[in-house]
Amino acid sequence: MSALIETRGLTRRFGAKTVLDGVDLSIAQGESLCVIGQSGTGKSVLLKCILGLVPPDAGEVLWQGAPLAPRREAFLARFGMLFQGAALFDSLNVWQNVAFRLRQRMPARAAREIAVEKLARVGLPPETAELMPAELSGGMAKRVGLARAIADDPQVIFFDEPTTGLDPIRARAIDALIRGIVTETGATAITITHDMASVRAIGDRVALLAGGRIAWSGPVARMDDAPELAGFLGRPVAQKP
Amino acid sequence: MRAIRAIGRPALRGVRGVGAVALFALRGLTALRPIPARALAVQLVQIGWLSLPVVGLTALFTGAALALQIHSGGARFQASDVVPAIVAIGMVRELGPVLGGLMVAARVASSIAAEIGTMRVTEQIDALVTLSTDPMRWLVTPRLWAAILSVPALVAVGDIIGIMGGWLVGTGSLGFTSARYIADSWAYLETWDVLSGLIKGAFFGFIVALSGCWFGMRCARGAAGVGRATTSAVVAAAIGILAANFALTGLFFR
Repeated sequence: MSALIETRGLTRRFGAKTVLDGVDLSIAQGESLCVIGQSGTGKSVLLKCILGLVPPDAGEVLWQGAPLAPRREAFLARFGMLFQGAALFDSLNVWQNVAFRLRQRMPARAAREIAVEKLARVGLPPETAELMPAELSGGMAKRVGLARAIADDPQVIFFDEPTTGLDPIRARAIDALIRGIVTETGATAITITHDMASVRAIGDRVALLAGGRIAWSGPVARMDDAPELAGFLGRPVAQKP
Repeated sequence: MRAIRAIGRPALRGVRGVGAVALFALRGLTALRPIPARALAVQLVQIGWLSLPVVGLTALFTGAALALQIHSGGARFQASDVVPAIVAIGMVRELGPVLGGLMVAARVASSIAAEIGTMRVTEQIDALVTLSTDPMRWLVTPRLWAAILSVPALVAVGDIIGIMGGWLVGTGSLGFTSARYIADSWAYLETWDVLSGLIKGAFFGFIVALSGCWFGMRCARGAAGVGRATTSAVVAAAIGILAANFALTGLFFR
């Protein structure tokens, strides 16, 4: 598989602290990559550097083999994101949130129809459409955020801590939704998480971010055997015979 | 060398800060394609219409108190008759725009900073970017223009209510007849007195919205960050209004 997104030597410092120290990462077309790491290791910063929300001090991000920065608008048009706290716009109701980007290029009625369709895809009934974000539970807000992320059928979807703040039952339901959507649409997915159950449910490949670098990367099926992940998984590494 | 560095660093930081605010304001004022008409209408209501009660009450009591003060002070040199003229000139030139601006600063700069700051800490502004929307055009431009347009209107209403406050006291307890009070108010008032106050109002509105948006957009993490942004926005707006008032008064009336 060819690389859809690559980071080369991505470096970001905050004051004296180097959070990202030359991160090299490659994500193939259609792949579901999970980036794991302890809290404060820079997982979300890595995501924001890829998006251009946080400018890197050094290094570059490539999209389809060419620098992403000059083509950021084109990239964002093919991109969806589920934020850690859903990041729904307080002043807009649910369908207006989901249809936010669609409203820029189609009439309200058509955008609302698509929004209701996407809400159904994430398991929310049509009557949810008129609710305000303040009226939603944490799990519902995540689902609405997910519906917004997939509203415009993106080529790439980022998930930032999709299960944080949810109870285990709701967390697994969100995992199942994400896996289903990624499989159905064939979208490339990048998930930032420290929830290993999510990694097993969502990911094809996992990358461990530690000390500002990618300390290990490999298929999810092999992560139990990786000594680099032993500390993170909180158990001894399986011994080879 | 150390002394030069001690002066130079804060000076450079200050210049950089002023430059950053100026660029921010320029981007906010010019991000008009397409004109965010709906957001502008919402902000005209939020900033203008909803500030009317507080500005009106402030003007009413200020005009009334001013009438009492001028009457009492004027009596020392047999000039109690100037109450209507001084109230009118004082309200439209100074007190209407300045107190109106300060009341809008207290109500609006804090609310803009809190709203945008909360959007910043809950990643709603990042979400706007990922949805191919310029946060400046969506959040800052409508607030800046709504404040620039609505504060002069508030000042105009405040001027009228302030003069009415003086009229209430003048006719109720200072012995003026209604006709004489109104005639004296009009007789000494010039067009430029009113216009200068309205121009000041536009500047003050700009300062209020700019402070709220600037500190909101630069809000640090958490509830404490939003609190700090709100306080800073109100303090900066209030000082900005008083400094701008001094500069504009010097420009208009020297």
